[in-house]
Amino acid sequence: MINKSLKNKITEKLGFFIITLSVIITLFFLVSIIYLIFTKGFSVISWEFLTSVPRKGMTAGGVAPAIVGTFYLTVGAVLFALPLGLACAVYLNEYSPKGYIVNIIRMSINNLAGVPSVVFGLFGLAVFVKFLGFGVSILSGSLTLGILILPAIISASQEALMAVPRSIREASLALGATQWQTIRKTVIPAAVPGIMTGVILSVGRAAGETAPILFTAATFYKRGYPNSIFSEVMALPYHIYALMTEGTKPELQTPIAYGSALILLAIVLLISAIAIIIRNKYRSSYVH
Amino acid sequence: MSTENNAVRIEAKNVNFYYGNHQAIKNMSINFYDNKVTAFIGPSGCGKSTFIRLLNKMNDLVIGTRVEGNIFLDGDDILDKKIDVVKIRRKVGMVFQKPNPFPKTIFQNIAYGLEINGERNKKKIAQTVEESLRKAALWNEVKDRLHDNALKLSGGQQQRLCIARCLAVEPEVILFDEPCASLDPISTTKIEDLILELKKQYTIVIVTHNMQQAARVSDYTAFMYLGELIEFGPTSKVFTVPAEKKTEEYLSGKFG
Amino acid sequence: MKAALPPPPSKVTGGGGEILYSFKERTIKILFTVLAFASLFFLAGIVFVLFKESLPLFSEVKIFHFLFGKHWYPTYDPADFGVLPLILGSVWVTVGALVVCVPLGIGTALYVYELASARQRQILKPVIEILGGIPSIVYGFFGMLIVAPFVQKLFNIPTGLCALTASVVLGIMAIPTVASISEDALSFVPSSFREASFALGANRWQTLIKVIIPAAASGISTSVILGMSRVVGETMTVLMVSGGSAVIPGSFFDSVRPMTSAIAAEMGEAAVGSNHYHALFAIGLILFFITLIFNAAAEMISKKYRVKLGLDR
Repeated sequence: MINKSLKNKITEKLGFFIITLSVIITLFFLVSIIYLIFTKGFSVISWEFLTSVPRKGMTAGGVAPAIVGTFYLTVGAVLFALPLGLACAVYLNEYSPKGYIVNIIRMSINNLAGVPSVVFGLFGLAVFVKFLGFGVSILSGSLTLGILILPAIISASQEALMAVPRSIREASLALGATQWQTIRKTVIPAAVPGIMTGVILSVGRAAGETAPILFTAATFYKRGYPNSIFSEVMALPYHIYALMTEGTKPELQTPIAYGSALILLAIVLLISAIAIIIRNKYRSSYVH
Repeated sequence: MSTENNAVRIEAKNVNFYYGNHQAIKNMSINFYDNKVTAFIGPSGCGKSTFIRLLNKMNDLVIGTRVEGNIFLDGDDILDKKIDVVKIRRKVGMVFQKPNPFPKTIFQNIAYGLEINGERNKKKIAQTVEESLRKAALWNEVKDRLHDNALKLSGGQQQRLCIARCLAVEPEVILFDEPCASLDPISTTKIEDLILELKKQYTIVIVTHNMQQAARVSDYTAFMYLGELIEFGPTSKVFTVPAEKKTEEYLSGKFG
Repeated sequence: MKAALPPPPSKVTGGGGEILYSFKERTIKILFTVLAFASLFFLAGIVFVLFKESLPLFSEVKIFHFLFGKHWYPTYDPADFGVLPLILGSVWVTVGALVVCVPLGIGTALYVYELASARQRQILKPVIEILGGIPSIVYGFFGMLIVAPFVQKLFNIPTGLCALTASVVLGIMAIPTVASISEDALSFVPSSFREASFALGANRWQTLIKVIIPAAASGISTSVILGMSRVVGETMTVLMVSGGSAVIPGSFFDSVRPMTSAIAAEMGEAAVGSNHYHALFAIGLILFFITLIFNAAAEMISKKYRVKLGLDR
């Protein structure tokens, strides 16, 4: 008996040790990635690096056009996906359609979310770049990224709408508001923080994606800044890729890649941290 | 307490209501009079809330329900499928069991009903907000903080705000669905006083679990059991000399 | 008893207004219904485009040869479009990544669920979530500069850009996916299960292994499948660290070219309308169906699981 209970205790200790070890290894990997990029990238970052264009065949100068390009692509993606995603969430949540319609839509959202990003790139290439003739451009890239983040925006919006208590909808309807008035003036305003969280997280995702813009928007080098939605653009993630794989002078280009990676990582981490903070604050304050 | 002087505001005839296969209301006929308070009492699940939610078509929101019969309001049949839901709800206001202010300011809560009606005149809106808050006996407590979030008010204040919000759209009938269920005794008294004041102008229907409350505020009492209207009459009569055995048993606490 | 009539009803409810109102309401509803089908529309669009752009290939190359051909020489003359080396490249890398991300991801989830203090949990959960959002290009960058040289030195091989490196980097990348979904699954297990086990005298470890993990098993397998789906579809990381040789791999030290990296690397050079272009879309089609199957499996398992625990009422 004593032996058995001792054995149980040892197994428990050992098991917990392994679990703890795995969390330590995980954190070690992930933290070391961030640490490495921050320390190596930090020395490269300067005001000039952030605000000037690349020079001398990408071996000197800054990355401003890539930052601007990423900004345009991301904003474009959200402008496209937000109205569509919100409308879809409102339909699913407020107009409570028939069961099989909900199932079809939900199934397509889930599957769209699982499509590999490079396949979105193929779709964008065939449809936006070639068929619709937008060419390799901000427009094509934004639309492609927009479709990519659509499922995330729908789910976040739906979750936010679901969190709005039913009693508030009833209050509005009982006052004689129509359904659309109720949605527009009561339900959506109450859901804004949740929707915002989803949008911000999607922005982070869109900013970091490379594969979908490979064939639809990105270019290795472009003189100056884009001047229309039909221009091709430089983008941070693609810039990193290009510096690492197509460069001719790695000793000069690797530091620039570190700097670009730092900027990209900082943007993405900052964005997701903000989103998570908003969400936590909103979750705790909404109970009444 | 005679009825001859008071016009019938709502007339319900042979109403049946089903949730799927379950019949929640069985062949109910009842009248509601102007300037009178009618209270519904009965054990939980007897269908009293379900019934008053028919009066402003709130049950339309629940999927899988079916209704038969007629409920006339100003000559229109509320249960007619073609009737404009929005029009009915503007005539028949509702105050819910749990206070449900919008997460907006006090002012915006009350102005909401006017805005959805297309009222743009700021002066008119401000005037109606004040009137409604005064009628709901809330004005003195909130006049200095109209632009605070309504969720900061106490539960009792929130419920009076919901009443004021309902008054602002100038309904003919006000339905109270257990309005004091989540309130303390002092707030409850305030709401009851308010109901007695409001009946001078409106037709009032109240669902309550609290028999004393029914006795205090109502002119008529309807006792429901298992989806049926067992007894309906002047409150004084129902409480002192009930005609039905079931009513007597319920009032004396034999079940419920 | 005075019979004061109630105030007149509000003015807007005039005859014409109502019709206009309900017309507007109906129009809006129809508009929303149409927009709600956007996801289906895009999904169908993706399938359609992939088929349309890949079918021309099969008028010249037999499907069997495409799927099981051992040589991928898209730019030779005559070209050879055997996609097997690329499929096997994906398989090797995915299996390798699972070896990394499954134990570490599930271990992390178990720690968060069982051992972490409330405070640790409050920090760990968002940290894992944020780490899941690190762009794949950053992982690729890290893999190229740190992991590859390390692997090269450790095993004394000519280049560190190989299946092993890709597996490790992809595995690390998929940990947050596996960890957060597993943790969700664990936390859905009703606490009554736990209490019942304790009441029978089991210790925490026994409870975890014999009660909690089996109860959460389908949720945990869902996390693994979704992690796998993420790894198979991952592009930039493998493009940067897997080496890029389109040959059937013989060991983890071989350079490989998984399907995603073939598309990403070669699309730039493939002339529109050429067999090569169509072949790359055909690879996209294969990828699409692989991930579709993974997602469907994950969904089916998680549905069954919800019913099992009585969460689907």
